[in-house]
Amino acid sequence: MVPTSYYILLSALLFTFGVVGVLTRRNALVLFMSVELMLNSANLALVTFAMARQDVAGQIVVFFVIVVAAAEVAVGLALLVAIFRSKRTTDVDEINALRG
Amino acid sequence: MELIIFLITAAVAVAGAVAMLLSPNAIHSAIFLLINFVAISVLYVLLYAPFLFVIQLIVYAGAIMVLFLFVVMLLGAERAEDTRERFAWQRPLGLTLAAILLGLIGYIALRGPASDATVADQQFASPERIAEALFTTYLLPFEITAFLLLAAIVGVVVLHMSNHAGSRG
Repeated sequence: MVPTSYYILLSALLFTFGVVGVLTRRNALVLFMSVELMLNSANLALVTFAMARQDVAGQIVVFFVIVVAAAEVAVGLALLVAIFRSKRTTDVDEINALRG
Repeated sequence: MELIIFLITAAVAVAGAVAMLLSPNAIHSAIFLLINFVAISVLYVLLYAPFLFVIQLIVYAGAIMVLFLFVVMLLGAERAEDTRERFAWQRPLGLTLAAILLGLIGYIALRGPASDATVADQQFASPERIAEALFTTYLLPFEITAFLLLAAIVGVVVLHMSNHAGSRG
């Protein structure tokens, strides 16, 4: 039996790596991947607590998170493609105008 | 035995995440993130979540990562990003803030009650139980996700159409 706290520590570590990615990388696609990493670490924590409490509700929440993440990725990547068409870059430092 | 599998999988997940952060090439980042997703899906098996294991592989490792790789290749964004720093303080400050965050979460995680519950019922989250909960207690949110996905599809199509109108005019 693996202690619950090990899973939570792993989840915290992965979440922190996601935060580091968002704060230090500048390629918008890698930023997006870091956000996905954070979503996954939160999912891992939810599944861990679902097992610790023997409650299926935690896993249902993860199911909805995955659905929302899929929708978010589809819209976000479409936005990135639209930005790339007008700015010719995916560097977030170069994208500094609200006007297209 | 379970602990050994957990440690190996956790090491793979952490290595995948670190490699994703450090690799300058966006395609390599996507592949390392894929390794991380597969490792997390193995952890779902250890946590008695077979349904989420399959969903994680199909939706995350399958659909979402293919979409990512497709866009990376479409945009030609795989070239190394500019390493010149616009703000010298950005990287150290980001790392410091992340270290503080990790310390806080780790403190709270270790301070909480050690609830190492023995698993009484290994079938508590079998696909049948999940389907039962999804179509009774959580029926309304389940229906709302259908609208969410429809809105996402319409949004993507509208974005694409306005793009074309802009390039023509």
